[in-house]
Amino acid sequence: MDFTFTPEQDALREQARDFLTANSEPAWAELAELGWTGVSVAEEDGGAGLGFVEEAVIFEELGRALTKGPYLSTVAAVLPILPSELQAEVAAGEASWTLALGPLVPDLDTAQRIAVVGGDGIFELEGAEREILQTTDETRPLGVVRGGAPGRRLADSTALDEIRPRLLAALAIEACGVARRALEYAIEYAASREQFGRRIGVYQAVSHPLADAYTQLELARSLALWAAWCVAEQDELAPVAAAAAKASAAEAAVQVCETSIQVHGGIGFTWEHVLHRLYKRALWIESFAASGTSLRAEVAAYVLEGKKAPGPAPEPVLTQGG
Amino acid sequence: MDLRDTAEEAAFRAELRAWLEENLPGDIQGHRGGAARFEGEAMRAWSRALYDAGYAGLTWPKEYGGGGAPYTHQAILLEEMARAEAPPHVGVIGIGMAGPTIMAHGTEEHKARHLAPILSAEEIWCQGFSEPGAGSDLAGVRTSARLEDGHFVVDGQKVWSSFAHIADFCILLTRSDPESTRHAGLTYLIVDMKAPGVEVRPLTQITGEAEFNEIFFNAVEVPVENLLGEVGGGWQVAMTTLLHERGTLGFALQAALEVQVRKLATLARDRGADPIQRDKIAREWIEMQAVRYTNYRSLSQLMKTGLPGPEGSISKLVWSEANQRVTKLALELLGPDAPLWDGNAPYGGYWQYQQLRSRGNTIEAGTSEVLRNIVAERVLGLPKSR
Repeated sequence: MDFTFTPEQDALREQARDFLTANSEPAWAELAELGWTGVSVAEEDGGAGLGFVEEAVIFEELGRALTKGPYLSTVAAVLPILPSELQAEVAAGEASWTLALGPLVPDLDTAQRIAVVGGDGIFELEGAEREILQTTDETRPLGVVRGGAPGRRLADSTALDEIRPRLLAALAIEACGVARRALEYAIEYAASREQFGRRIGVYQAVSHPLADAYTQLELARSLALWAAWCVAEQDELAPVAAAAAKASAAEAAVQVCETSIQVHGGIGFTWEHVLHRLYKRALWIESFAASGTSLRAEVAAYVLEGKKAPGPAPEPVLTQGG
Repeated sequence: MDLRDTAEEAAFRAELRAWLEENLPGDIQGHRGGAARFEGEAMRAWSRALYDAGYAGLTWPKEYGGGGAPYTHQAILLEEMARAEAPPHVGVIGIGMAGPTIMAHGTEEHKARHLAPILSAEEIWCQGFSEPGAGSDLAGVRTSARLEDGHFVVDGQKVWSSFAHIADFCILLTRSDPESTRHAGLTYLIVDMKAPGVEVRPLTQITGEAEFNEIFFNAVEVPVENLLGEVGGGWQVAMTTLLHERGTLGFALQAALEVQVRKLATLARDRGADPIQRDKIAREWIEMQAVRYTNYRSLSQLMKTGLPGPEGSISKLVWSEANQRVTKLALELLGPDAPLWDGNAPYGGYWQYQQLRSRGNTIEAGTSEVLRNIVAERVLGLPKSR
């Protein structure tokens, strides 16, 4: 049993953190140049031939840096179901994707292509009109697609069984990155801000909620890394682990952000401070894909009835309106 | 990162599982803990069986009678013991606290005299740290040890001492310099519990049974050879003990929580659970998995670097609160049967007992308030509150 990152994975995290600190809004081509879009793409298709644990490292750092763009949509939701020549395009930075799983589709402003579920297949949606909707989290808009027609068939719709745990695990580890940054801000502030002649971190009314925030984050991160490993290894527990991780990590991220806002006092509530952006991303993650309540219902079905996979997926939506 | 057992770990697990199946007596399987864990000969015999099979002191060095095994084996042992609902070795204070402290600070004579009987459960140890006036604030210890005529004379009172009524020896923190305050002037002694002047009074607790005790020391003579560390250096020795208490506890607690959650699921299947209760059960299962994988992360770090990861420090805090929620949720599932006690209650009163006992979990071995201070100050680096 070994639950540590390899030196290569640690180096990848360091590279990601340095790069994202220096480049707050990287272009898709830059991410491709770093090799991030082809992490799990086979080497003969221009990728690195690595796996989901390496991608998880990047998801976490992108969450921490609150990076805008279609990385999560492309890599977590679409990449593994693409035929190899289309995977090669993603690895080369020539294409990015999003998946229209429900009526509200993420990253329609930045993703070049749209995958859509229809009948027994997943297709590329062609000729559709996109409308971007305003969302609280400005870094990850949602939108709707209208019209268009299914073009190239990408995969059988059964591929969704593989996509769902991937997406949930990716959201979970991204949430951990968001929470980590919010906690860092809070610790920094509590260790320097003075009131009543002392640094506020000495007061247990401040330090104990921060200890709880750390605790909640570490528990969630353990689940998210467990889920990531299960996805990478195609372990039979992947659906349950990913459901548990997403429910737990999204809730942790929201609560850690709320604690951080409270610890910051008035400044934490302003538009000027970055905290509200982290908070809005945490709320976005919590609402996306599946709620904590519905995910826990899946976990309960596993714990009490031994069901390993969730029930039938909601009716797929081919196109919305128009 | 590979969460599977290595071939070698898998072999150890399989061998252990087979051994447990063969050797665990049915009458002590699934015991409810508490005082039952040290009452009667059965538990000693079981501890002895663990020792004979090489499962006691698994991570202790071979020269001291241990298994010299890596910590991963200890984790597997605790997991498998929990899965089989096997009671732990009766010498928990000896194996978890006294033994490691003797290994770190004891003389060769101490090691030769005390370590093997701890593992074989021939001798039971208790801990004399807390006092009526020194609980979370351990540096307030007042039990005195006066050096005269080649021995210490110990006077004072200790409290919350589990196993004291059956113990052969006590690890005792005393104040040897009456002029000293706080962390200085403390001295750490090994005390024979059969010595004249030692009096043990069991304390009946919230569950109606006595797991812990008061110990009174009335001019008890302790040979100077029983000193651990230096005269006046007791605080450093005590920190070794507490480090081991908190360090090795994580996996035992996780294993105990796995048993509770499994029993909770059984209860829910037996008696039914509504959607809101199912949601709560899922939360507890998720939390249990989170504690497990947090322990794995900390353990992996320990195996690689020799130091456990900081996230391990949250295990006891999280476990104690989880155990309180799980047991209370069980009472909710029992519905109108919840107030019934002991033989009149479903499952022999297991859950009623567990729920009441769980209130001690956030107090014993470091209160949750102290543990939150430790996380805030040592892990997060916040300024000290005192």
